[in-house]
Amino acid sequence: MDKRIAYGIVIASFAFLQACTSPTKSEAPKAAAPAAAPSGSATDEIARYRAMIADGNPADLYEAAGEEIWKKPMGPKNVSLQKCDLGKGPGVVKGASAELPRYFKDTNKVQDLESRLVTCMVRLQGYDANEIITAGFEKGKRKDVEAVVAYVVANSKGMPIKVSIKHPKEKEMYELGKKSFFFQGGPMDFSCASCHAENGKRIRLQDLPNITEQKGAALGWGYWPAYRVSSGNFWTMQRRLNDCYRQQRFPEPVYISDNTIALSMYMAYTGNGGTVETPGLKR
Amino acid sequence: MKKLLLISAAVCAMPFASAQAQSAYDKMMKAGFEAKGQAGLDRINQDATQKFCSDAKNLTDEKTGAKRAEIEKINMATIKQPSDGKYIGDWKSGERIAQSGRGATWTDKPDSAVGGGCYNCHQINKAEISHGNIGPSLWNYGKMRGYSKEVVEYTWGRISNSKAYNACSNMPRFAHFKLLNEKQMQDVMALLLDPQSPVNK
Repeated sequence: MDKRIAYGIVIASFAFLQACTSPTKSEAPKAAAPAAAPSGSATDEIARYRAMIADGNPADLYEAAGEEIWKKPMGPKNVSLQKCDLGKGPGVVKGASAELPRYFKDTNKVQDLESRLVTCMVRLQGYDANEIITAGFEKGKRKDVEAVVAYVVANSKGMPIKVSIKHPKEKEMYELGKKSFFFQGGPMDFSCASCHAENGKRIRLQDLPNITEQKGAALGWGYWPAYRVSSGNFWTMQRRLNDCYRQQRFPEPVYISDNTIALSMYMAYTGNGGTVETPGLKR
Repeated sequence: MKKLLLISAAVCAMPFASAQAQSAYDKMMKAGFEAKGQAGLDRINQDATQKFCSDAKNLTDEKTGAKRAEIEKINMATIKQPSDGKYIGDWKSGERIAQSGRGATWTDKPDSAVGGGCYNCHQINKAEISHGNIGPSLWNYGKMRGYSKEVVEYTWGRISNSKAYNACSNMPRFAHFKLLNEKQMQDVMALLLDPQSPVNK
């Protein structure tokens, strides 16, 4: 009997994993794709998952690519990102993402990691912001942003989440984000809070962190960006939020829009004191 | 006199300030989304229920009684009884609808069927162990409540528009937003209220 239940759990988790896989599943980068065995039974897939975890986080590959992109002269101005200021001074990567989002004087805006990287790519390297914003995930220059994200967030791993709302613009973003967290819309009346405002809740067998509290917010914020096994690719926080809104049945959030940054501010600040575990490894 | 002027200025500024805060938020939301697939921008135009339930206080505060009752009344008025007078369909089809959490996202085809997504939040048939817990368990739903006209009509109403009974219920309004059609609703009803359904064994 116990064995049957355990087997059931394995099958059910796999079914859920499949059900939640976006139909627009993108291809895994070649290096990250484990031996492309013909997709077989549930147990094969679970074994594949375990093997992946044992081997380490495939986000490492994105991280290595990101470091290269960070250091390589590129773009119309043919310069590297090594003078990019992520909040701790030009070129400082260590610990930078643990303190983001934050207010930046030079843009007079609160920025998350991705919007800040776009600023650097535009101002230092001469890229067109709009091209990156409209590119889509894993497309065009956006793909480079994603790799650099993996590199930057790995350099805060193990540090405490330490986001400030001392600046009035930071405080304003936090308040706007909190409001957005509870904003209901769409044909199913969903908000972030529909699933993430109570302790001990699940969708199917998936545990849902209560993001309105420090512990849950740290779990949610601290483990993203992450390599996502079910889709076989690395997801930045912007992409995570994009898919949350898709499942909420909302229209598509604009990449690095203030709303996404405000929500990030709300989550990050609520999770302050928790540990940065990025890049995470998610189902 | 000067003091009075100052006070009145402050009083006048107050509603203005809050209107300004509102518009900063609206502006952010408007710039924050783009229509994609079937998910148009109209989806972030909130109705009265969504507005009320977007205020965190209203989710837990029981003191907002009058407004809650008003919201529930608006929603109650949307509930239509089945046009053919039939409440109970095919529980097997109901089980399939309860299993599917698909539909209505920008990646779903506009004409594809929307699932009930029931197991996402509810335990229903105990044989399905992969169930959520945002909603209450529906195991033995009919067996425990009986199959009376009152129970049947209440359940129909609850699936049609849950906000008629609890203003900020987490459950989608399946008939109100045409997520499920009448036939699908009858089938889900059967899963809960057909004595032959495994749910009532």
